[in-house]
Amino acid sequence: MSEKISEDSNALSKQSKLAQLIKKTASEKIGPENTVLVWPNLVYLELIAIMVSVAVILFLSLVSPAPLEELASADTTPNPTKAPWYFLGLQELLVYFDPWLAGMVLPTFIIIGLVLIPYLDPSPLGKGYYTFKERKFSMLGFGFGLSLWWVLILIGVFFRGLDWSWYWPWDDPHFHQPAGAVKLMDLEIILQSTLGLSEAPLTTLGRYAITKANVLTWALFLGFYGVGFTVPFLFFRDFYRKLGFVRYNLTMFFFISMMGVPMKIFLRLLADVKYVLVTPWFKF
Amino acid sequence: MLKLLQKIRSIVNKTQVFKSIFRHGYPDTDGNRALVMFSNVILHLHPVRVRRGALKIKYTWCLGGLTFLFFILLAITGVILMFYYVPDTRRAYNDIRDLGTVIYFGSLFRAVHRWSAHAMVFSVWMHMTRVFMTGSYKPPREFNWVVGVILLVTTLVLSWTGYLLPWDQLALWAVTVGSKMAEATPFIGAAGPFGPELGRNSGNDMAFALLGGTVVGQSALLRFYVLHCLALPLITALFIAVHFWRIRKDGFSGPL
Repeated sequence: MSEKISEDSNALSKQSKLAQLIKKTASEKIGPENTVLVWPNLVYLELIAIMVSVAVILFLSLVSPAPLEELASADTTPNPTKAPWYFLGLQELLVYFDPWLAGMVLPTFIIIGLVLIPYLDPSPLGKGYYTFKERKFSMLGFGFGLSLWWVLILIGVFFRGLDWSWYWPWDDPHFHQPAGAVKLMDLEIILQSTLGLSEAPLTTLGRYAITKANVLTWALFLGFYGVGFTVPFLFFRDFYRKLGFVRYNLTMFFFISMMGVPMKIFLRLLADVKYVLVTPWFKF
Repeated sequence: MLKLLQKIRSIVNKTQVFKSIFRHGYPDTDGNRALVMFSNVILHLHPVRVRRGALKIKYTWCLGGLTFLFFILLAITGVILMFYYVPDTRRAYNDIRDLGTVIYFGSLFRAVHRWSAHAMVFSVWMHMTRVFMTGSYKPPREFNWVVGVILLVTTLVLSWTGYLLPWDQLALWAVTVGSKMAEATPFIGAAGPFGPELGRNSGNDMAFALLGGTVVGQSALLRFYVLHCLALPLITALFIAVHFWRIRKDGFSGPL
């Protein structure tokens, strides 16, 4: 008997939910009272936007015409050599990463990551309106990547001068910055000397002579990903359940890789680490 | 005076020539305002009616439309610039200099082309940010977001290929930086991880394919010119068409 009642109330709540849904969709339905004619309402708005933008472009063009430097010459390398501004973020990454990473792998990850966004975000909330509350993780994640991109561009445009050194706005851009002592070291060397590990290779893999310190750097590198994958899985079960196995792993892979970029930057700036991993084929 | 103009208009509107071009009257009635959307190929990008929310500037900031506007400005000024430019390393630089000294409005066309390019890169980024912030990539619009990412990439590559054409120091060395990165591509670059192991050298790697040689020279200039003026604009236009068509099919994501 009690079961029957609960079933009934269940059905009732389902029914009322359905009624709510119908009511909601009905209010969102495109009725004539909620719509306006595109001509003149939207067309005129577009016309104004076009006129203002063209005026701005014309103004900028008259005030600041396109520059033309000296004839291209393979004999004289300008100092510094700067890419167009929208690629300066990647060029700035060259300070911290080798070209295969900064110029190829990371941009590829960015593009693939961007393409995957709609397929990795299962939440129906926040569609068609600005909201932070309803989608904190995706907003913070995207916002972090976007700010990283813009900060690196701004550094490249405004704070890099001769020899790609750091120049404050008040530094004279015509003088070279004094060359600092080169203190950068590979992580395996740092570990080897601080922990007093033997330099003798444990085993060799082709040209790769693997020492204890090598194993340790690999463990740290893989541990970074390992911890990143495991912690949300254990402590944010809801997050994992909502995403499912495939979405979770893809999301975390791109998220952890993105967090790895500033991590490596800080490792270099604060701990003088040049490479985390060194192999005969690639350095990272 | 006003009455005279109105009279002229009503006579013109009834002529055979006018009717053959415009299949609607002056759009001052609801009927004609709907017809103008149906019968004009450019306006047909729009629906006849939109929700009020679609008009909110604070929702879209007009960014997608402005990106398209900059693309059109670039196409127009680009065609004009092509009349005066030959992609030959011996004369490319002088052709660009002539734009500033010999050709009427040459400097202006070049400046508009350059500023529109900067503006397009900027607005396409901003547009993407806006679409993310409003969650407009969510079903059923996932694939249009993917098309948008493709358009972002083609915009950047278009801009980058255009950078080489003036053949000045800025052009040569900015592209040299890029080609060094291509050289470092894993597996297919001569200086990249596992590139040499797979038999890549400076004569058969990614940078060679991009530059048509081992240095940024005549072949690179011709390749970048053809990509910049022909291949990439066509690809971009195609994806813009798909992008717009999808917006019309899926509807606008905004509020009421």
